[in-house]
Amino acid sequence: MMDLVFTANDFHVLKPAVVLCLFGCGILLSDAFLVRRTGKRWLNAVTALVGEAIVALVVLQHLSDVRAGGAFSGLSGSIVIDGFGVFFNIIFVLSGALAVILSVRYMEAEGEHRGEYYALVLFAQAGMSIMATGNDLVVLFVALETMALSFYVMVGFLRRSKRSNEAAMKYLILGAFSSGLLAYGFSILYGIAGSTSIEAIGTAVAERPDGDWVTTLALITTSVGLFFKISAVPFHMWAPDVYEGAPTPTAAYVSVASKAASFALMIRIFLSAYGSAAESWMPLLAGIALITMTVGNLAAVTQSNLKRLLAYSSVAHAGYILLGLVAANDAGLRGIAIYILAYVFMNYGAFALIAALRRDGEAAEEIDDLNGLAGRAPGYTILVAIFMLSLAGIPPMAGFYGKYYIFLGLLREGYYVLAVFAALYVAVAAYYYFRIIRACWLTGSGDKPAALDLGLGTRVALVGSGVLTVVIGVLPQRFLALAGESVLLALR
Amino acid sequence: MLIDQVLFYVLAVLILGSAVMTITRRNVVYSAVWLISTLVGVAGIFLLQGAEFLAGVQVIVYIGGIMVLFLFVIMLVPLEEEASQRRFSNQKWLALATGLAVLAMLAVIVVRGIGSLDHPGPAPPPGPASLTQNSEAVGRVLFTEYLLPFELASILLLVAIIGAIVMSKARRRQTES
Repeated sequence: MMDLVFTANDFHVLKPAVVLCLFGCGILLSDAFLVRRTGKRWLNAVTALVGEAIVALVVLQHLSDVRAGGAFSGLSGSIVIDGFGVFFNIIFVLSGALAVILSVRYMEAEGEHRGEYYALVLFAQAGMSIMATGNDLVVLFVALETMALSFYVMVGFLRRSKRSNEAAMKYLILGAFSSGLLAYGFSILYGIAGSTSIEAIGTAVAERPDGDWVTTLALITTSVGLFFKISAVPFHMWAPDVYEGAPTPTAAYVSVASKAASFALMIRIFLSAYGSAAESWMPLLAGIALITMTVGNLAAVTQSNLKRLLAYSSVAHAGYILLGLVAANDAGLRGIAIYILAYVFMNYGAFALIAALRRDGEAAEEIDDLNGLAGRAPGYTILVAIFMLSLAGIPPMAGFYGKYYIFLGLLREGYYVLAVFAALYVAVAAYYYFRIIRACWLTGSGDKPAALDLGLGTRVALVGSGVLTVVIGVLPQRFLALAGESVLLALR
Repeated sequence: MLIDQVLFYVLAVLILGSAVMTITRRNVVYSAVWLISTLVGVAGIFLLQGAEFLAGVQVIVYIGGIMVLFLFVIMLVPLEEEASQRRFSNQKWLALATGLAVLAMLAVIVVRGIGSLDHPGPAPPPGPASLTQNSEAVGRVLFTEYLLPFELASILLLVAIIGAIVMSKARRRQTES
C-alpha cells in the first residue's frame, strides 16, 4: 500500500478537472482583487474562456492518447479515460464555453453580473468531467453532487427575481431527495460487491442468481435517482419551473450539460455495473422512455412560454435518448452520442435566441414575443428555423441523425412497437416546433414588439451553433466516427 | 451477538422515531432537538459496527458543529410566523399512501432477498480494532484509495460556501433597499 502515491499519470488523467478548478478559483480571486475595481466584469468571462480553451487542449490530448494506446486509467482505477469519457468531456467543454459566452450579455442586463457565476460554471464542469470518466461509486457520487450544487446556486442567481429563487429552492429540495435515493442504491451495490469499483460491482452482480431481489432493489433506487437528474417522467416536475425561473443561459447549461453528464453516469452504471442484469432493466427503461416521450411531447403542445416549451421538449428528448440505452447496441449507443452532440448546438441555439429577446428591459419569453421578427430580423428568423427543424429531427439538420441511429438500434433489437411510437411523437414534436417558426411570421397583437439585444459574443455563438447544426446534418461522417469511438459496450 | 441485535433494534427505533418527530413538530427548535437525537442514534449504530472514529466524528461534527449552527439560524428567523403556517399541504394522505406503498415494496424485497445475501460482505479490518487503529485505518484509506473523492469534496464545500455568500448577500441588499 505504501507505494500508492499521486503519480504523473494520475495527474494526467485528472487534468481537465484540475484545470477547471484552478481557473474557477482564479476567477474568484481575480474578481475580488482586480476585476471588481475596473468594473469590466466581462474580463471574468474571458478568463473562463481561456480555461475552457486549455481544457479543450487537454481533452484533445486525451483523445489522441486513447486513439494511440486505448483506454487508460489512473488513481488506482477510479478514473478511466476512454473514448466514452473523452467524448463527453468534449460535450462539456462546448457547453461550458457556450454558457459563458451567452451569460455575459444576459447577466449584465439582469444586473447580476458577478464573477462567482463563471466560477460556478467551471466548478460544475469539473464535476461533470469526473462524472463521465469516474469508475468508482464514491467518486461518481461526489462529482454528481459538485455539479448539482453548482447548478442550484446558478439557478437562483437572479436574487431579486422571485421565480429564480423559487426555482432554486425546488431544484435543491427535489435534487437532494433524488441524491438520497441514488446514495441508497449505491450503498446496496456496495453491499453486494464489498467494493466501490464499478468493475468489481459488475462482476459481483453477474454472480447473483437470476431475478435476484437485492439487485432489483439497487437497480430501482439508482434508476429513480438518475431519472430525476435526466428529468424523465414521472420525475420531471422540476424541469419546467427550473428552466422558467433560471437565468436563460443557465437553463441551457442545465438542460444540455447536466443532462449529458447524468446520461454518461447512467450509461456507465447500467452497462458496466448492471450489464449482466439487462433483462430486468430493459423493460423498466423502455416503459419510462415511452411515458417520458408521451408526456414531454403532449405537454409541450399546450405551452405558451418559450422556456417552459423547451423544458417539456427537453423532457421528450430525454425519452428518445433513453431509447438508445434500451437498444444498447452499437447503433443505439452511437445514436445517443450523436444525439447529445447535436443537442448541445441546437438547444443552446434555441435558448440563446430566447435570451436575446427583451421587451421594455424585461426578458421576453412568450411565443407571441417572436411575432413580426421575420420582417425585422431575417437572420434571426433563419436561425430560429434551423434550430427548431433540428430539434424536431428533420433532415438535413443535425437532430435527424441522433433519432435515425436510435431508431435503427431499436429496429435491430426488434423493438418495433417502441420505434413506431417514437416515430409518431416526432410528428407531434414537429407541430410545436413549427408553431415557434410560424410565430416569427405572424404580426404582433398591437403591443410594442420585442426588441433584440444581441452582443458580439452571442452573435458568434449563435451563428457558430447554427452552422454546426447544419454541418453535422449535411456532412455527418466525421461526427459519426467520433460518436462511434465513444461507444461503451456492455460487460456481457 | 444477542446484545448487539438488541442494541441495534433499540437504536433503530430511536433513529426512526426521532426522525418522524423531526418532521412533524410545529416548532422548529423542537425539530432540531429531535434531529440531534436521530444523529446520536446513528452514532450509536456506527459504534455497534466497530467504527469508533466515525461515531466520534458524527458526534463532534454533526451534533457539535452543524446542529449548533442550525439552532443559531433558527434563532435568527422569526419563529411565530413559521409556526402558524400549516406544515403539510392537502397531499398529506396521498403522501402517506405513497410512503406505505414504498415501505411495502421494500419489505417484500428485503424479506425475499435477505436469504441470498449469504456472503459476509467486506472483510473487517484485521486485528483488535482499538480507537487509534480505527482512525489510522480511516486516515489511510482517505488519503490513498479515496484521495480523489476527498479532494473533490473540498471543491463541493467551496461551491457550497460561494452559494451561501451569493444567497446571503441578496438578503442584505433587499433589507437595505
